[in-house]
Amino acid sequence: MHALKLIIRNTLRHKIRTGLTVFGLLIAVLAYGLLQTVVDAWYAGADAASKTRLITRSAISLVFTLPISYESRIKGVDGVTSVGRSTWFGGIYKEPRNFFPQFAVSANYLDLYSEFLVSEDERQAWMRDRKGALIGRQLADQYGFKVGDVVPLRGTIYPGNWQFVVRGIFEGSDSSKITRQMLFHWEYLNEWLNQRPGRKANQVGVYIVGIDAPDRAASVSRAVDAEFQNSIAETLTETEQSFQLSFVSMSNEIIAAIQVVSYVVILIILAVMANTMAMSARERTAEYATLKALGFGPGFIALLIFGESLAISAAGGAAGLWLTPHAAAAFKVASGGIFPIFAVSQNTVTAQVLCALAVGVVAAIVPAIQASRVRIVEGLRAVG
Amino acid sequence: MAVPLTYIARNLWSRRLTTALTVGGLALVVFVFATVLMMDEGLKRTLVTTGELDNVVIIRKGAETEIQSGITREQAGVIEMHPAVAVGPQGLRMMSKETVVLISLLRLGDDKPSNVVIRGTSDVGFTLRPQVKIRQGRLFRPGTSEIIVGSSIAARFANTGIGQRLKFAQREWTVVGVFDAGGSGFDSEVWGDVDQLLQAFRRNAFSSMVGRLAAGSQFERYRADVDEDPRLTQDMKREQTFYSDQSRALSTFINVLGLTLSVIFSIGAMIGAMITMYASVASRVAEIGTLRALGFRRGAVLWAFLAEAMLLGCVGGVIGLSLASLMQFASFSTINFQTFADLSFRFVLTADIAGKALLFALIMGFAGGFLPAFRAARLNIVDALRAI
Repeated sequence: MHALKLIIRNTLRHKIRTGLTVFGLLIAVLAYGLLQTVVDAWYAGADAASKTRLITRSAISLVFTLPISYESRIKGVDGVTSVGRSTWFGGIYKEPRNFFPQFAVSANYLDLYSEFLVSEDERQAWMRDRKGALIGRQLADQYGFKVGDVVPLRGTIYPGNWQFVVRGIFEGSDSSKITRQMLFHWEYLNEWLNQRPGRKANQVGVYIVGIDAPDRAASVSRAVDAEFQNSIAETLTETEQSFQLSFVSMSNEIIAAIQVVSYVVILIILAVMANTMAMSARERTAEYATLKALGFGPGFIALLIFGESLAISAAGGAAGLWLTPHAAAAFKVASGGIFPIFAVSQNTVTAQVLCALAVGVVAAIVPAIQASRVRIVEGLRAVG
Repeated sequence: MAVPLTYIARNLWSRRLTTALTVGGLALVVFVFATVLMMDEGLKRTLVTTGELDNVVIIRKGAETEIQSGITREQAGVIEMHPAVAVGPQGLRMMSKETVVLISLLRLGDDKPSNVVIRGTSDVGFTLRPQVKIRQGRLFRPGTSEIIVGSSIAARFANTGIGQRLKFAQREWTVVGVFDAGGSGFDSEVWGDVDQLLQAFRRNAFSSMVGRLAAGSQFERYRADVDEDPRLTQDMKREQTFYSDQSRALSTFINVLGLTLSVIFSIGAMIGAMITMYASVASRVAEIGTLRALGFRRGAVLWAFLAEAMLLGCVGGVIGLSLASLMQFASFSTINFQTFADLSFRFVLTADIAGKALLFALIMGFAGGFLPAFRAARLNIVDALRAI
């Protein structure tokens, strides 16, 4: 009990120093948490992906499309329940920086993506309008799209000025689903291609393949790819999750760099914290000698220093933890929706707590050893 | 009269552990700051050296990259015959009609696929890009399924050694050479014969055209003519502009993320410097009193402590910069968000970056030292002399 009182008193002796150190820890824990959340956000697409959907695309790369005739052949593969079409449109809304994905999809796409919820009325309205589009809730909130609005897009792959009418807004079934996207009719795009001689019509970017059981994903994938082996357009089929992960892995050096940097900030604050503890311990050499002279052992001295270090790191860590979700929310708004999912995960919180504690412990090691070894006579002679 | 510099430096030396920890924190921040700038510089260098000054790139209007673009053979003929195009030996038009697509190759090490640009080109394509040189092996023979790979592709992707075969588009392609493109973006590409690749990919149209202007001044006229011609749906850019536009998103991303982090991290390091300087002032109150009694003015004391803090910053800056300069031996590869293809670049340290990093370090030292120095300067002589 006395030890605790002494620790707290010691902590408050240099108010400026303690305050600055706590603030530094707050910044470090906060920055670490945000950086980890950025990394998580990168994986959000893959985390939200379903295991009962496969993606069939051209084996060469995503630039190449697949003929529409493949649809019925994929449907015939054992284990396949339904096949949907999806083509990347790549349109620009006003400015290139307003990037969001647009897909030209078949009518059954929403059946395959059961996590996208849209009312029956809106779905019917969309089905009746060839130029109609469905907008995800996150996208609608960002740009204020409402049912009946016209969304103008400038095509990059399909050049020209395109206009789509919002016929419905779909919601995600839970907060982990990414609804920052726009869906419109594949037939509309195909008709446009048909009108342009020289452009290949009746092509599909990727097929979304629904399967009956997730554990058959591998065998169904192989069967689909075997169907088209040595054809003009060979296919590559994988689960939606590994399809998404393949995008993530292309930027994995950036992710690795962010990971490294998130530990650098912890190192920086470790240096600051170690400095604070070393200074405090040195200034109190005479006091520690006095305590020893009174009969307290070296363990008690070490306890005092570790306790003080942990108290400071706990205070800074707690403040950082409290602030992280608020900062994450602000960051999500400020980043203009590049990260539709930006939530601080439980793992991140745990890692933040561990980092703060580790800084507290490591910073105290050297000062604690030195202080506990102080010889009473020399210590009593020491001046500040 | 100013407090001697040796006094300032010795103060730092007498509290070595504290100085080392503070400098360590500052050095890490400078390291992050400098590395980010070096990364951005490397990216810019890579893309600027990709373009030649008097070369133009023609892609379809609305398309932002060569991959999204298309040029029919008729259109290509019209564009090629414009008088602004330079004419080479044997009356050959200095214009290369190319096909550019992505293929997915497996990376060495983790066997994950990544998108790589494959470019179908011809002899003229090499003439237009003098920085591209065969380093190993030989050029592909026109009319065959032979390809050559850029040096950073050869280093990082599986099956790209000379004599090895890549299988895509129903054919096996033999790697017959490795080319070096002087650190430009072409180092991250695979090249082959344009007609063979068009045939293999079942394409009728080219992706883009690259040409040399007969005279640089004809650019505006050429562009206007292409723009107005009703047969054409293409747009023209200078090659250098074209490539630097393509890296804009990645460059902005690196800059915004990197500089935000540097600023946040610098708060931590400044706090370190501030704590150190407060302690330095607190333990020397009597000394400060003595200095003042000897006749040093408040300004001199203020300056002495500020100089001490900036010296801390300076040492941290030099160490951080030395660490960052080691990064020059590393290279970085990532997907370019705009072209969706893999791009590899180096960290480039310039005098400008070194200057900025050191300035940043000095500013951190100054900001950390200002309040403590101000406190030291305001001490009352009599009170200070009484302190133990």
